Amino acid sequence: MTCTAEGVVSALRAAVAVVIAHRDELVRLDREIGDGDHGENMRRGFTALLSRLDSEPPATPGSALKLVATTLISTVGGAAGPLYGTAFLRAASAVGDATALDGPAVAKALRGALDGVVARGKAEVGDKTMVDALTPAVAAAEAAGDDMVAVLVAAADAADAGAESTVPLVARKGRASYLGERSADHLDPGARSTALLLRAFADAAQSDERAQR
Amino acid sequence: MKKIINDPETVVLDALRGMQAAHADLLTVHTDPPVVVRADAPVARKVAVISGGGSGHEPMHGGFVGRGMLDAACPGAVFTSPTPDQIASAVAKTDGGGGALLIVKNYTGDVLNFETGAELAAAEGVEVRSVVIDDDVAVKDSLYTAGRRGVGGTVLLEKIVGAAAERGIDLDGCEALARKVIGQVRSMGLALTACTVPHAGEPSFTLADDEMEIGIGIHGEPGRHRVKAGTADEMVRQLLDPIVEDLPFESGDRVLLFTNSMGGSPLIEMYLAHGIAENLLADRGITVERRLVGPYVTSLEMQGMSLTLLKLDDELVELWDAPVNTAALRWGV
Repeated sequence: MTCTAEGVVSALRAAVAVVIAHRDELVRLDREIGDGDHGENMRRGFTALLSRLDSEPPATPGSALKLVATTLISTVGGAAGPLYGTAFLRAASAVGDATALDGPAVAKALRGALDGVVARGKAEVGDKTMVDALTPAVAAAEAAGDDMVAVLVAAADAADAGAESTVPLVARKGRASYLGERSADHLDPGARSTALLLRAFADAAQSDERAQR
Repeated sequence: MKKIINDPETVVLDALRGMQAAHADLLTVHTDPPVVVRADAPVARKVAVISGGGSGHEPMHGGFVGRGMLDAACPGAVFTSPTPDQIASAVAKTDGGGGALLIVKNYTGDVLNFETGAELAAAEGVEVRSVVIDDDVAVKDSLYTAGRRGVGGTVLLEKIVGAAAERGIDLDGCEALARKVIGQVRSMGLALTACTVPHAGEPSFTLADDEMEIGIGIHGEPGRHRVKAGTADEMVRQLLDPIVEDLPFESGDRVLLFTNSMGGSPLIEMYLAHGIAENLLADRGITVERRLVGPYVTSLEMQGMSLTLLKLDDELVELWDAPVNTAALRWGV
């Protein structure tokens, strides 16, 4: 199965719902080791995305991803705005003008997203950031074969495990790094939101697949 | 949560409307995207000095917009950096042909958004430079953290660079001056209580009645360690000693001493603390030549204070004394 613009848009709508449903959880996680704005910033950005998906329906997967990028960059603020914005922008460049994405194309988009986040934020695996969720997700996606749904599910599973792996870490980037050792024993809110987004994409792809059978 | 607000969602824009009403002679508030611009912008050929950051630190930065200080301020959501489109819009509204200098506090979000905003503005053909202020000595090893935070020293930097730009100093000169100030200003803060971000509805951390948090930032984020709150003498010493030893400030140095309230501590306590700091500096042979006392870099209603020391020379004293006409700082006009 492949993913058309319609599929990307339905995955994005699912992501909006997940971000809104987990807003308070992300606020709580961020209050523990940051400044408590991550959940609200993500809610603001994805709510704005929903209205833009309604008013400017994208024609290709790439233009849908680009719409996400420009919306998040101008509405989220914090570190998450430019980081997620850059991630979606690079994902859009990676898929180009393709009208449908297969498994390898999705993996390539995820690789582009990771490269963008690393270039912008300069974090490495182990710094207790979204990179800890996204890096294993990309590796799993690249090993998952041709099926688009299988690639997204593999990425989501790996991102969940990657996010969990941030719990014992001492933060070396972002506001949590100011806490030093006191940042350990907390789930990183950025890694958590990355895992939530990938899970939302995978769930949406699976339910689209079921609907088509 | 008890606050004088209508809706957490609109608190920043609602406050900006009030600011416009109060200070129409000094500044113009744009709301889409939100940017506070000095009333007579753009000023021909002058370097536009622009800053911004999360809201909740008032009067920083909007209160420093006006002649002799900032040309524009970009207010983000509460404790959240502004977005790149705000920064690009601020540059477009204030560029008088002299280029723009962006003053960025060292927080991951602020740095990333200002970098992206500067790229957008440069793409429009404006010469843009950025300086990052990181004066908070509470954050230790920059290799393993996001680096030192920008805190109280930001006000002194914006005043001094704003005065230079007003005098017609060019972009190279303003940037060099900014780097010089950043190199010789140091700060540290403490909190007696946390603060509550409107959309969070709960305090960012909790402190027992007899505890204080040393080394806090200005976003309600916890500090480096927590200790029993002692006397004012002990509190001032715990801030001043690390500041003095960091640069280090030495006997014979001339300094500006800035005693700042985090928002919830009253001026009577700031003057009390300021007096103690002056005595401690005199004991070290350090001469306080200029002062600033009051709530200028706040963290909503947080009780607490910060101290900032800036090493002075004749150039910096003259620029500090130069006329300034903003909502929060005004002299010589």
